[in-house]
Amino acid sequence: MAGQITPIVMPKWGLSMREGTVNAWLVEEGATIGVGMPILDVETDKLASAVEAADAGLLRRRIAQAGDVLPVKALLGVMAPAEVSDAEIDAYVAAYVVPTAGEDEEEAGAVFQTVTVDGIGVRYARRGPEAGTPVLFIHGFGGDLDNWLFNIDAVAEHSPVIAFDLPGHGQSDAKLPGLSLGALAAFVAHFLDAINVRQAHIVGHSMGGAIGARLAGDAPDRVARLALISPAGFGAEINQGYIEGFANAQSRRELKPVLEQLFADPALVSRQMLDDMLKYKRMDGVEPLLADLGAALFKGGQQVARTVEALAAAGKPVLVLWGRDDRVIPSAHAANAPEGATVKILDGAGHMAMLEKAHEVNAAIKAHIGG
Amino acid sequence: MARKISMKMAINEAIDQEMTRDPTVIMMGEDIVGGAGGQGEQDAWGGVLGVTKGLYAKHPDQLLDTPLSESAYIGTAIGAAASGMRPIAELMFIDFMGVCFDQIFNQAAKFRYMFGGKAETPVVIRAMVGAGFRAAAQHSQMLTPIFTHIPGLKVVCPSTPYDTKGLLIQSIRDNDPVIFCEHKNLYGFEGDVPEKSYTVPLGEANVTREGKDVTLVAYGLMAHRALEAAGLLAKDGIEAEVIDLRTLSPLDLDTVLESVEKTGRLVCVDEANPRCNIATDVSARVAMEAFGALKAQIEMVAPPHVPVPFSPALEDLYIPSGAQIADAARRTFARGKT
Repeated sequence: MAGQITPIVMPKWGLSMREGTVNAWLVEEGATIGVGMPILDVETDKLASAVEAADAGLLRRRIAQAGDVLPVKALLGVMAPAEVSDAEIDAYVAAYVVPTAGEDEEEAGAVFQTVTVDGIGVRYARRGPEAGTPVLFIHGFGGDLDNWLFNIDAVAEHSPVIAFDLPGHGQSDAKLPGLSLGALAAFVAHFLDAINVRQAHIVGHSMGGAIGARLAGDAPDRVARLALISPAGFGAEINQGYIEGFANAQSRRELKPVLEQLFADPALVSRQMLDDMLKYKRMDGVEPLLADLGAALFKGGQQVARTVEALAAAGKPVLVLWGRDDRVIPSAHAANAPEGATVKILDGAGHMAMLEKAHEVNAAIKAHIGG
Repeated sequence: MARKISMKMAINEAIDQEMTRDPTVIMMGEDIVGGAGGQGEQDAWGGVLGVTKGLYAKHPDQLLDTPLSESAYIGTAIGAAASGMRPIAELMFIDFMGVCFDQIFNQAAKFRYMFGGKAETPVVIRAMVGAGFRAAAQHSQMLTPIFTHIPGLKVVCPSTPYDTKGLLIQSIRDNDPVIFCEHKNLYGFEGDVPEKSYTVPLGEANVTREGKDVTLVAYGLMAHRALEAAGLLAKDGIEAEVIDLRTLSPLDLDTVLESVEKTGRLVCVDEANPRCNIATDVSARVAMEAFGALKAQIEMVAPPHVPVPFSPALEDLYIPSGAQIADAARRTFARGKT
């Protein structure tokens, strides 16, 4: 009978997630659950989000309580048809074994690799199948590969995925190959050389979108399709307060209002997100590097480089996604997308649509690169 | 890339990276090079608990074993700092600091003021603090308040390997004398630490757990006990906010005040003896500056006003526990107004 019991377990969002905190159940015991239904709120050290049901069924038991901190794959609840007895469920719960933390840590260690490109150490991760054109995720100014925590594994279900930290970002070395989009795009091409990738689909966010577009223009053979989320390079203005505020913020108190501008829902800025960002900014060399890069690319609230023409000339299929409430680069720039591009404006999202509207973004990316 | 290392290794790595970055960073102390009764310089042990092990082989010109004369080498380090070096002096146990008070209080702490800002004293004096090591009354004290009393000194007491590395690098780069207090019972405590160099600013407290009902302020080993207390309180439905002060001078009172304005309740925890300690200081400042926000009396959790006992059973009772801190937090609900 145990075969009819379906566990609900702590999800793994992002490559570095080891545990999550249960904030609240969204459904009562005895409720019938459909696939995709939000069933409980979980907070990770990066972000809070709803756990959506992977399977349909009758919720028989809520195991996890609000406030519990549980490892990835821990049993949160149990679904089973009505004919399964309480005793069988008790036995299932008692027998459930959470994979040990040791295995998780080993896995996390193996996920990340480092390669030296043009004298700069680059942290990256590969996920998903071996075969097929890989999808390269390029984060934005001040970001890192964890910006894609809700997207990497979803896209990796069908395609090989490569996520990396740009030079001067995340856990790559605090050095830059240059202060221009061209230098950054050339670096990405060299990175692809270093890991033996000839051609990739590009998913780029903000400055990463501009780098991807520039790469498509400079080296069209390296790029298959592009999915650009709130990309830079589509228009003139950019929120100077954000760029400078991010580069200059010295404390959690100063950084919080800056990061809140990234989201339609400012409550998404967690203490841990601020801590992680401060830890990054406090690495030797990072602050002057961010100030230089911000000044070079976005001087005085104006974007120095345009990428739309290069993108149009490259003739690649382009998907453009933009949060309607983007307060860093206005969603009105989506109107400048090259002819033939698919454009989607996402309600309820700001600059970080891939975090705020992960399911819609993932579905759009998969449809775009699969088609 | 970050990996888990002990607080002891975090100290070693901070000194190693700063010595590589800046050749004026030097270190002196008892047995930091030879140690273990060996003959001459041999890097046998690396200090009384092995914190500096391996550094002499990497930086032979930057580490110096000293005679057993704290007065002499602390004075030497302060003089070297005033003359352009960035010395780190290891004083083993903070309990021995008494024989160097003139060098620290009257010289290092005063130079900047007495020479019109023209003299700087970028010295770091590292010492082990705290009880629980079965080392009795003369090797177990938490003497942090003695140093916070002196203007001109900065005082640091970290609780995690991450903070330890970042605060020690910042202390070495700082142009004022820093008393860097390392809790010996946290030396083996492991946590994520980036391999590369980074800093944590002096004078910034860390909110290690958020909560809306009561604020627990602590530092050093007590920061861990306060988190333990918050876990106990959560089972009663009380959401405690935990603040790890990290730096005791300068003191980040703003973070404490912001929290108390939210929670209205304050428990100050200190491993130092209860008269004129960090907890009484924070309590007084909050009472003066946020009295209107308080919904209940301020509670303090500290050891009794006696020397650290040698008896292990008594020593364990002496050190404030998570349960005691949780009880103090509950008292703010039992006696306070609502």
